[in-house]
Amino acid sequence: MTLPEVEAPARQEARRPLEVVTARHPLRWLAAAGVLVVLAMAASALITNPAWEWEVVGQYLFAPSVVRSVLLTLELTALGIGLGFALGTVLALMRLSPNRLLSSVAFGYVWLFRSVPLILQLLFWYNLALLYPRLSVGVPFGPEFFDFGTMDLVGPLTAAVLGLALHQAAYAAEIVRGGLLSVDAGQREAAAALGLPPGRRLLRIILPQAMRTIVPNAGNEIIGLVKGTSVVYIMALPELFYQVQVIYNRNGRVMALLLVAALWYLALTTVLSIAQHYVERHYGKGRA
Amino acid sequence: MSAMVELRGVHKSFGPLHVLRGVDLDVPRGQVLVVLGPSGSGKSTLLRTINHLEKVDRGSVRVDGRLLGYRQVGERLHELPEREVLRQRTQIGFVFQSFNLFPHLTVRQNLMEAPLSAQRRPRAEVEPLAERLLARVGLADKADAYPRTLSGGQQQRVAIARALALEPKLLLFDEPTSALDPELVGEVLDVIKGLARAGTTMIVVTHEIGFAREVADAVAFMDAGRVVELGPPAQILDAPAHERTRAFLAKVL
Ligand SMILES: Nc1ncnc2c1ncn2[C@@H]1O[C@H](COP(=O)(O)OP(=O)(O)O)[C@@H](O)[C@H]1O
Ligand SMILES: [Mg+2]
Repeated sequence: MTLPEVEAPARQEARRPLEVVTARHPLRWLAAAGVLVVLAMAASALITNPAWEWEVVGQYLFAPSVVRSVLLTLELTALGIGLGFALGTVLALMRLSPNRLLSSVAFGYVWLFRSVPLILQLLFWYNLALLYPRLSVGVPFGPEFFDFGTMDLVGPLTAAVLGLALHQAAYAAEIVRGGLLSVDAGQREAAAALGLPPGRRLLRIILPQAMRTIVPNAGNEIIGLVKGTSVVYIMALPELFYQVQVIYNRNGRVMALLLVAALWYLALTTVLSIAQHYVERHYGKGRA
Repeated sequence: MSAMVELRGVHKSFGPLHVLRGVDLDVPRGQVLVVLGPSGSGKSTLLRTINHLEKVDRGSVRVDGRLLGYRQVGERLHELPEREVLRQRTQIGFVFQSFNLFPHLTVRQNLMEAPLSAQRRPRAEVEPLAERLLARVGLADKADAYPRTLSGGQQQRVAIARALALEPKLLLFDEPTSALDPELVGEVLDVIKGLARAGTTMIVVTHEIGFAREVADAVAFMDAGRVVELGPPAQILDAPAHERTRAFLAKVL
């Protein structure tokens, strides 16, 4: 039996590899052109309208009082995130503990501090002295060892840091817990089977892998908090947002000063986003 | 001299599920026990009780003559503190079906982690040990690679080297080749055969009947949480006494 003859490919094709012609996308080009026009309009609106007062913006952007307020904003963010994630990690570990009391307390904490608006929490801490004029350290219902006036201990800055950190901790706890749960159970098993001590298992094996899910979420939180610190203006703390308000209330250059604040927030979040990229790359080691 | 592993009346339940229903088993020193059995018969659970990844409900597990995870006081077993259990585990190597290498650490770091942090051995001693073990499993050139860049067979060989880095008295393998492409099974079994020749005491859960025939000193067949029969490979594989063993072998052969 013979098979039917397969037609030979055209001679030319056999000699030369076929050329590829990319398809054209006229609609894509049209859309891009449209976007360009809108961008140009926005730029012109920003630059040509004298109401923005760009020279005033330039004058205040690096004014010592503004720079100082930016540093306070950074300080509040760093303390809020640092303490928040430290406490949040402890809460996440408590929540995952087989001990029912520990996990319930952690659950209750997250429930409470996520439910009450931050601004209310800040006012509570700010007005703590009204509730407890004196604070003491000692055995519950028993003798006291130290005793402080609340006003001396919890000034506006402490109240702000406390409020931001405790609120942040509730969110951080959920982020860290999600990260820990995202690590394959086999990793925990292998670490346990190798006899690694519990602390080492967590710090060397589980957390570095959890960081892959924690970092992007934490990045969101940090950037959120940079801007979120602006709520502490209610406690008259001279962070960035409060400071520009003080200035425009004095000189009436509202738009220019809001722009100063906006530019600083933009700069801060840009730096943080770049840092996040490198941190993510670090924890992505060993992954495709 | 006592056996390396002695299980007596081991029971284990997960909630209402009675997974191990009174297992007695002895593995003499330097011998290889292959455990066969259908999926869900409790083979993995059995291995996991031997290094106390799973606590037994009743019965006892002894390795090298010592109770695992417990201290006997009269007729009672008292659970040992975690530090003690961890120390006992370092004498038992465990190789998982899914390798479970640490993906964020290099091959070398995977090998060195437990000797350094669980056994607190000096780095100067552990580094050459890691090199030696990698050479032994034929992966001397992969020390600085990340696990993801290796084939499944290579990953499992690293996992075996990692277990060996603790210089354990006993090695436990839970279906070490089940996650591998067929053409990669041989290289892993060859490494295990080498260990058997060197006189390592091992319990190997596997479906590789040829391997069992060649390497095992004894074969145990498990079904529904019990060791149904136990004996030399020729007897269990060629002339099984139990109907369930025959039915199982008919399916896997
Ligand atoms: N941690 C666990 N929790 C609940 N059930 C489990 C757990 N581990 C195993 N089992 C159950 O125990 C039975 C035996 O499992 P396993 O020992 O893994 O069997 P095998 O390894 O022989 O396939 C299965 O039904 C399995 O679903
Ligand atoms: Mg199994």
